[in-house]
Amino acid sequence: MSQIPRSESPEIPAPLSPAPAGARRPDRRRDLHVRGLRLAVWEWGDETAPPILFAHGGFDFAGTLDGFAPLLADAGWRVVCWDQRGHGDSEHAELYSWDADMRDMLAVLDSVTVDPVVAMGHSKGGAILTQLIQAVPHRFRCFVNIDGLPSTLPPKDVQDHERTRMLARDLAGWLDHRARAAEAIRKPGTIEELAKRRQRMNPRLSIEWLSYLVTIGARQDEDGWRWKIDPSLRMGGFGPWRQNWALERLASLPVPLLGIIATVSEEMGWHLTAETLLPWLPPGTQLEAPPDTGHFVHIERPHEIADLVLDFIR
Amino acid sequence: MSGARRLKHGRITLALHTLREGEGRALLLLHGLGERSPGAVPAPFDNWSGPIYALDFTGHGESSVSRGGGFTCEMLMADADTALRELGEATVVGRGLGAYVALLLAGARAGQVRGAILCDGIGLAGGGSRPGSPQVVHVPETGPAVPDPFAIAELTRDARPPDYAAAYVHQALEFSGLESPVCVCCVERPEWLDAVAKEPGVRETSLAAAIQLYSGVPG
Repeated sequence: MSQIPRSESPEIPAPLSPAPAGARRPDRRRDLHVRGLRLAVWEWGDETAPPILFAHGGFDFAGTLDGFAPLLADAGWRVVCWDQRGHGDSEHAELYSWDADMRDMLAVLDSVTVDPVVAMGHSKGGAILTQLIQAVPHRFRCFVNIDGLPSTLPPKDVQDHERTRMLARDLAGWLDHRARAAEAIRKPGTIEELAKRRQRMNPRLSIEWLSYLVTIGARQDEDGWRWKIDPSLRMGGFGPWRQNWALERLASLPVPLLGIIATVSEEMGWHLTAETLLPWLPPGTQLEAPPDTGHFVHIERPHEIADLVLDFIR
Repeated sequence: MSGARRLKHGRITLALHTLREGEGRALLLLHGLGERSPGAVPAPFDNWSGPIYALDFTGHGESSVSRGGGFTCEMLMADADTALRELGEATVVGRGLGAYVALLLAGARAGQVRGAILCDGIGLAGGGSRPGSPQVVHVPETGPAVPDPFAIAELTRDARPPDYAAAYVHQALEFSGLESPVCVCCVERPEWLDAVAKEPGVRETSLAAAIQLYSGVPG
């Protein structure tokens, strides 16, 4: 285990929006410096309790667990989550990649324990954890993946000519975005405006909840609130990665797996179905598909999902 | 070197070296993995009629380094695009890693890249056509170093699927208006390059012939 500098930041300011029922800010916050980059690490629960390493999804931050993590903490667990590089209160990086996220993830784990832990991840966090567990299986004892298992969707059925045009648009759009990255700043607004903007991507979450998240995941500037996330980050994209590489390796996952998938399709969702996933899952996997749930299933139904998780990890 | 311009790409400051001033279309040189821009015009390019520039990629040469790595060839393509926007249009020559990046740029900015020349050099193969077993890529804790050790570690294991590389040839052929937008001048043949070389619009030739070919391409 490498020695990683850490510093304590005990004060966690109260959010300016009223907390929805059951939501609770973390009990502790600390900074972890990983190869010169500062990551904000948040914890709920007793520091001596058995840890759960939780990886949030892309464009989220640890505070999105304020409704869910306290349920696990109150059941006797120490939930550790960090704002991924460029997200929440962590520093914005020069570069972003899954390799870098995996390295950060392992550094956070190193700062918690050398013993095998429970791993939980949502969306992109679940996908990266899937790879990390395969890279260092001795560091984990079981895994809960919330709507972040590899997609089984076939590639879009389009003609080659149209595929070429789609790629051209993606490439030009991404390079144009990179060209603006040096000066990019996020658009300011009121708490309500930011909440409404986020609701376009999180349509099943209430304005009350999203307003609460604004006061944690955004900062108040003179001209309004801005999401803290690095404006150089962009959804979607292109690259050499193929979902089937991750899918084919799923069966080799070396720890017990609880997979929870959404059953209602939405913008941020991974459009997974039990039927298409089953052939790829490791033997003994517990796959749950709660009815009428979207991609943020643990935020929509925190008690139901916490019960499932606690039953699986006990 | 006769001077370097400093260009911003996100939080990175890139060094674009002017190896030779001149009129006409620029030649942009992209170095190999772990290398840096040459200090003078390399002999094979003596006869290029226009100005000649060379870019240091992120974490290389005089460009700034990252904190904690995160290198991808696509991000280096955006480095090269930063230089291309400065120059307007260019013929791009890449060695090794720079060859792969030159191909990506030729596909992504087909209107501005007036020919891509792919040459042997360090980092041509990357990590092969598919990813190897999952691993956490670590490098020794040495503090900021050039070349960035994360670049060496990460860009020797990145996957370069042949059909992905070939898609960039399709882009270049479709949108550049050039009959042969890519020239392959390599002896080493990783699978991605083998696939590229078989595509229509790709010419396998000597470096001298490739330089001559693109010297005559109108802007």
